[in-house]
Amino acid sequence: MQRGLDSETKKQLEEEEKKIISEEHWSFIIEEQSFLLCEDLLYGRMSFRGFNPEVEKLMLQMNAKHKAEEVEDETVELDVSDEEMARRYETLVGTIGKKFARKRDHANYEEDENGDIKPIKARKMFLKPQD
Amino acid sequence: MAEAASVAAESLAGSRARAARTVLGQVVLPGEELLLPEQEDAEGPGGAVERPLSLNAGARSRVRVVCGPGLRRCGDRLLVTKCGRLRHKEPGSGSGGGVYWVDSQQKRYVPVKGDHVIGIVTAKSGDIFKVDVGGSEPASLSYLSFEGATKRNRPNVQVGDLIYGQFVVANKDMEPEMVCIDSCGRANGMGVIGQDGLLFKVTLGLIRKLLAPDCEIIQEVGKLYPLEIVFGMNGRIWVKAKTIQQTLILANILEACEHMTSDQRKQIFSRLAES
Repeated sequence: MQRGLDSETKKQLEEEEKKIISEEHWSFIIEEQSFLLCEDLLYGRMSFRGFNPEVEKLMLQMNAKHKAEEVEDETVELDVSDEEMARRYETLVGTIGKKFARKRDHANYEEDENGDIKPIKARKMFLKPQD
Repeated sequence: MAEAASVAAESLAGSRARAARTVLGQVVLPGEELLLPEQEDAEGPGGAVERPLSLNAGARSRVRVVCGPGLRRCGDRLLVTKCGRLRHKEPGSGSGGGVYWVDSQQKRYVPVKGDHVIGIVTAKSGDIFKVDVGGSEPASLSYLSFEGATKRNRPNVQVGDLIYGQFVVANKDMEPEMVCIDSCGRANGMGVIGQDGLLFKVTLGLIRKLLAPDCEIIQEVGKLYPLEIVFGMNGRIWVKAKTIQQTLILANILEACEHMTSDQRKQIFSRLAES
């Protein structure tokens, strides 16, 4: 009983492998069965004249990505403006500071009539008695 | 067409491989071999021409060519497996060679990875839905492959629903698998397609024609009345408009536009616009 291949068949197989490898050096041909690579196709979902607004938004997004155009109209309305942001941060510092202040310092964080935090007063430190 | 057929017959009879570059846009038949551009110099007339780069094999230009649907690799050449017109696309950004493919027509869909298709849910077994996509086997769709789905928060999918998804596994050895999210986990319009509407089947070539970037048919249809269309690469189209009559008109137009010339189409659209 013979296990494995003859030395002759082994040699033949090796030669064939070498041939294949050397042939492949000349040009690489890759097989693909998908049409996506071949043709630029649009996105498959479409909506016209406002029938489905979400799909229309998607159409703009997907086809814009495809054509690599820059999206000119950015929706600024949904974003928070800079002034609004600065105002929020101002009060935010106060509210978070309150969380970590000790009980005696809560007096410093009294709220104004409008609900804004008043500016912090100077802390009372120990004063060394002067002779 | 008669000329194209006679040319093709000649080349088959002579059993010479033609250069792919010369055959672009012409009809090719299965069994033909095509030469890639860089091999044309070697296979000169009579074969007795000296090869310019024969001394240094490494200097031979390595061009990566993609053979698309309808073509197969056969040694260094391309073997045609479907009848149709040969097309070529130049590479966009540097990686050389471009894509060759055969523009053929067929009705039977074979699942391909990455294709967006419309499927019909036929069965629900445990955690997996069986979805009929028009191929040889139903594709499997896991309930976790929807946006925002977790083990506790299951998607609301019933037998008979229409699903728009893409294939992640699709080859001849395994059952096709599809998902309704992209690689980032977002739905991007995939998932269950809503209520009402009409699903009908067309040829695969028509879908590709309608989805071409400069398709006039879609532009004209969009001007008629508010409507929604979903195209599946498996030859299925789903349409929805405000009334049943409008939906049916739309379905008839899309089915018929394959065999109409652009004049006939314009006539029909103008008639519709009047009424």
